[in-house]
Amino acid sequence: MSQIVIIGAGECGARAAFGLREKGFAGQVTLVGAEEHLPYERPPLSKDAMLHGHEPKLVSEAACYAEAGIQVLTGLSVESIDPAGKSVRLSNGGNLTYDRLLLTTGARPRPFPGFSGASNRIRTLRTHGDAVSIRTQLQPGKHLAVIGGGFIGLELAATARKLGAQVTLIEGLARILTRGVPEPVATVVAERHQAEGVEILCGVKIQDLAETRDNASILLEDGRTIVADLIVVGIGAVPNVELARDAGLAIDNGIAVDQHLRTSATDIYAAGDCCSFPSAHYGGLRMRLEAWRNAQDQGTLAAANLMGGAETMSAVPWFWSDQYDLTLQIAGIADGAAEIVRRDMAEGAFILFHLTADGRLLAASGIGIGNAIARDIRLAEMMIAAGVHPDRLALAAPGTKLKSLLAA
Amino acid sequence: MSNWVEVCATDEIDEEDVIRFDHEGKTFAVYRSPDDRFFATDGLCTHEKIHLADGLVMDDIIECPKHNGRFNYKTGEAKGAPSAST
Ligand SMILES: Cc1cc2nc3c(=O)[nH]c(=O)nc-3n(C[C@H](O)[C@H](O)[C@H](O)COP(=O)(O)OP(=O)(O)OC[C@H]3O[C@@H](n4cnc5c(N)ncnc54)[C@H](O)[C@@H]3O)c2cc1C
Ligand code: FES
Repeated sequence: MSQIVIIGAGECGARAAFGLREKGFAGQVTLVGAEEHLPYERPPLSKDAMLHGHEPKLVSEAACYAEAGIQVLTGLSVESIDPAGKSVRLSNGGNLTYDRLLLTTGARPRPFPGFSGASNRIRTLRTHGDAVSIRTQLQPGKHLAVIGGGFIGLELAATARKLGAQVTLIEGLARILTRGVPEPVATVVAERHQAEGVEILCGVKIQDLAETRDNASILLEDGRTIVADLIVVGIGAVPNVELARDAGLAIDNGIAVDQHLRTSATDIYAAGDCCSFPSAHYGGLRMRLEAWRNAQDQGTLAAANLMGGAETMSAVPWFWSDQYDLTLQIAGIADGAAEIVRRDMAEGAFILFHLTADGRLLAASGIGIGNAIARDIRLAEMMIAAGVHPDRLALAAPGTKLKSLLAA
Repeated sequence: MSNWVEVCATDEIDEEDVIRFDHEGKTFAVYRSPDDRFFATDGLCTHEKIHLADGLVMDDIIECPKHNGRFNYKTGEAKGAPSAST
């Protein structure tokens, strides 16, 4: 095997490329990316980068790719894959042949129905270009309306407040963060936003969006109109599967892979936000994650398997979000939990442990100032991976070191 | 000439744990290994400037509390994400 092509130069693709070299792959590695930049980190786009950084925070500097002998083709997209001929066609008309192919095409923002997301005043946030455009519009006194009470919208709302903009956040459901975040944690987030002056409207339905030269507005079903300088739509992301689908690969809420990240086609693998995989710790349940560490873990795992390995996905899903000085971290998937045990810590920080009926730890969700909950969430993650049935009283007692429960 | 600085009493750090130590405008992380030896590193993660002392020590590894960047505190070597390089 001498040629590996990776499609999609994001966190996951970059991680896979370096992973191949770290594991001693000596053949050719080509990373193709549609964006103009070398792979960069997306999490800062809704957080600090919005405040300062004028350049994206690169996953690795250009020199590291050169040193590792990784060919990066930026500003080029792959238009089609020929699995039988083992080649891909590029947007500049060129072709690349491969022995093994990795798809790390990521995801894109779900557009608001009827709006492409291409306008300046009604936007989504996924790329460095999006962040720059949004930031230039967020001066003190400007009004930002965020559609969607998910992580990206909430982080952007927090950052916009720091920039002095007025913020209204609209959520169609009864509360913010319904996806994967337990209510007590979501309440802390909501109250903090309100204390910082963000107006949060939950349970409101949007009838239409409109844009003029001077502003953009949201018409609600109850007849109200919210007029803003800028509307950012944050209603989730859809995986970039078209390339794989057109090549005949199986799709199931993402490019479907097995526990080794292999797609339904020989010699083609997929990893990161674009793929759905059977989860190791949740009975093989097929899931697709949109998380930074998952992109790294799967990129690294894909590298090993592209080289002939048969490593299996065993990482516990993990996610964090920063809003103001609060950090939220979630390890595992709480679906199916029968019981919640709460651990209260200093300065209002707390962790909820989600247990099955027979006491196995499924997930842990924590929130607090700075890194208050980080260490215990990490230990919870290790307990989840180990299938531990921790003692409930010990979980609840902040004085008990969770490390001591790892063997339980 | 020796410039010893007292950091803390040995019983202020548990085995396989870490504390933060600030000295002359710099911040350090001071570790006690499972085999009961003491080590010190720069106090901040190389990814973003986060105090490693809030992280988790397992064997020879300190994990950053922010995004789980891993470092060997005995050798200073990075052991994986978040900053990819070879
Ligand atoms: C604003 C924002 C904030 C976030 N914050 C957090 C956070 O706090 N915590 C967290 O855990 N996660 C966070 N995430 C999620 C995290 O960034 C993603 O999970 C991660 O970027 C996924 O990496 P990926 O490489 O799989 O996909 P992507 O980063 O989406 O990269 C895929 C790349 O492939 C390219 N591509 C697609 N199709 C083609 C093609 N045909 N040819 C060539 N190139 C192609 C795309 O242009 C893109 O550059 C955040 C994401 C965003 C957008
Ligand atoms: S700040 Fe340490 S891993 Fe990111």
